[in-house]
Amino acid sequence: MTTPLLELKDLRVGFKDAEGNWAEAVCGIDLSLDPGKVLGIVGESGSGKSVAMMAFLQLLPSGARVDGHARFMGEELIGMPASRIRRIRGKDIGCVFQDPLTAFNPVIPIGKQIAEAIRLHDRSVSQRDAIKEAERLLEMVSIPQPARRVRQYPHEFSGGMRQRAMIAMALANRPRLIIADEPTTALDVTVQAQILDLLVDLRKELDIGLVLITHDLGVVSGIADEIAVMYSGRVVERGATEPIFYETAHPYTSALIGAVPTIDEAKPLDPIEGTPPSIFARPPGCSFAPRCKRAQDKCRSNDPALEFQGATASACHFPMNGAFRAEIQ
Amino acid sequence: MTELVSSSDAVKRARFNGLKWLMRRLPLTSKIGAAILLFWIIAVLTVSFWPIDDPLAMVGRRLQPPSGDYWLGTDALGRDVLSRTLHGSVWSIPIAFVVVFCAVVIGSAMGAVAGFFGGWWDSIIMRLVDVTVSFPPILLAMAVAAMLGPGLANASIAMVIVWWPIYARLMRAQVLEMRERDHVEAAVAGGAGPFRVLTIHVLPLCWTPTLINATMDFGQVVLLAASLSFIGLGATPPSPEWGSMISEGAARFYNWWIAFGPGMAILSVVLASSFLGDGLRDVFDRRST
Repeated sequence: MTTPLLELKDLRVGFKDAEGNWAEAVCGIDLSLDPGKVLGIVGESGSGKSVAMMAFLQLLPSGARVDGHARFMGEELIGMPASRIRRIRGKDIGCVFQDPLTAFNPVIPIGKQIAEAIRLHDRSVSQRDAIKEAERLLEMVSIPQPARRVRQYPHEFSGGMRQRAMIAMALANRPRLIIADEPTTALDVTVQAQILDLLVDLRKELDIGLVLITHDLGVVSGIADEIAVMYSGRVVERGATEPIFYETAHPYTSALIGAVPTIDEAKPLDPIEGTPPSIFARPPGCSFAPRCKRAQDKCRSNDPALEFQGATASACHFPMNGAFRAEIQ
Repeated sequence: MTELVSSSDAVKRARFNGLKWLMRRLPLTSKIGAAILLFWIIAVLTVSFWPIDDPLAMVGRRLQPPSGDYWLGTDALGRDVLSRTLHGSVWSIPIAFVVVFCAVVIGSAMGAVAGFFGGWWDSIIMRLVDVTVSFPPILLAMAVAAMLGPGLANASIAMVIVWWPIYARLMRAQVLEMRERDHVEAAVAGGAGPFRVLTIHVLPLCWTPTLINATMDFGQVVLLAASLSFIGLGATPPSPEWGSMISEGAARFYNWWIAFGPGMAILSVVLASSFLGDGLRDVFDRRST
């Protein structure tokens, strides 16, 4: 077995509120990603998906408490000295953020920012070569007239263009892994598709692992090899993409799928009633029980563990094992 | 595509014509202010070549009221007040520049460190700021200047000590806001260290309020420098410094013209810098208007 690119083991992230109570935003998740694969992490806002990835990169504010293991190519990142992890960030792991409009420094031309990213990790590259490389990268992400574009400032780029430029910057140092945190959320639907295509193409071409964080199942369905569904700080279902969609075990996953509009059949959307619990006041049993249509007494008292039940691993006492297909039809 | 090309050319043009761009947007009062300040700066650089009397020589009879020969009269020693007023700029204006510059550099550096690193740095620096601003400025400046002894250099040090906390607070607030921006996080995720993040991704976005405030403070520093000289802690006679000239005039209240010249000079600088600062704020910092 190869060493996984990314490996989270019982990762926990705690925050303190104003009164000093600790609450866990991420409560012990296990995830792994093999080199060159795509992992989609899906969940509602506040499910801990972004926090988990920030914890992986050690980007959380100093007030956060991180326990467990987060390994990158077998190397433990938690507790790694800041000077060493800085050499990994941006070099071996590239990041693409949600809002391309604000993720660039507004007072520095795009090309110079990409060149900075290159020179930050390799001082032997001259500024001129770095700018040339930036131009090549912009061309690679299909930005027209890259020679002109490298000299322009972020405000002269459109949203989609900026996201392309950010992908170019993330690719600048030929990383092994790219973490894309909702890379398409701030974009128009048509542009979303372009950006996703671009990410997938480049990933294949350069053989990079990709972690795609999103709240949109539609986004990951076509491109992920594996999907992890998160709810209230836990992974509630994990598995290869096909079984997640066709042999769904967890009611939350099936509810998410049911809430996505389909084009072929005219059926009313089925929203998930209620809101996720506050991380300061989780219910005693399964966190999803209050909103779950299948919940029984056992769900309200015992927290289910994530284990293989059928084709996917799920954390549910009463897994559906594909039953829902019949149910919604 | 043509659209994009022309817009980027427009930006380039705007970049080259920065001064013209600014002048088009500044209100009239600010332009007048800028003109007055420019006049004083030119005076500082060239006044020794102007066809006016020697400010230190007794050129006429003493205590002459303004006349065709002596436009602003003569003082108690028969020296030309107009000439002394114009020469006074050589003392006041450079001092104001130096004091504002030092206060901006020291204050901004302290404020940036406090805001960016937080924790102990923040506590120590900001308590120091609190202690400093809890004194009335002129009292603190007097105390420091008196401790160091009279003279303009010591007065300048005293004024920097009074002034840096303002810029420390300004810069800290600005850094606190800017360091939460997404591009800062993106830079950290790209592997940038704290020093790099601060100098490249935070500080360049923080200068606007400091610039505006520094312009406005310029006049205030001229005023404080004159005040220190007025009470004998700044320039020493016979230097034609505005504050000490007013102090001479104050002793002879009925010969009003002795204090009139330097008084108007101070007034013009204070008003000019405050007009210019107002205008700059209108142009650069749209939030606060």
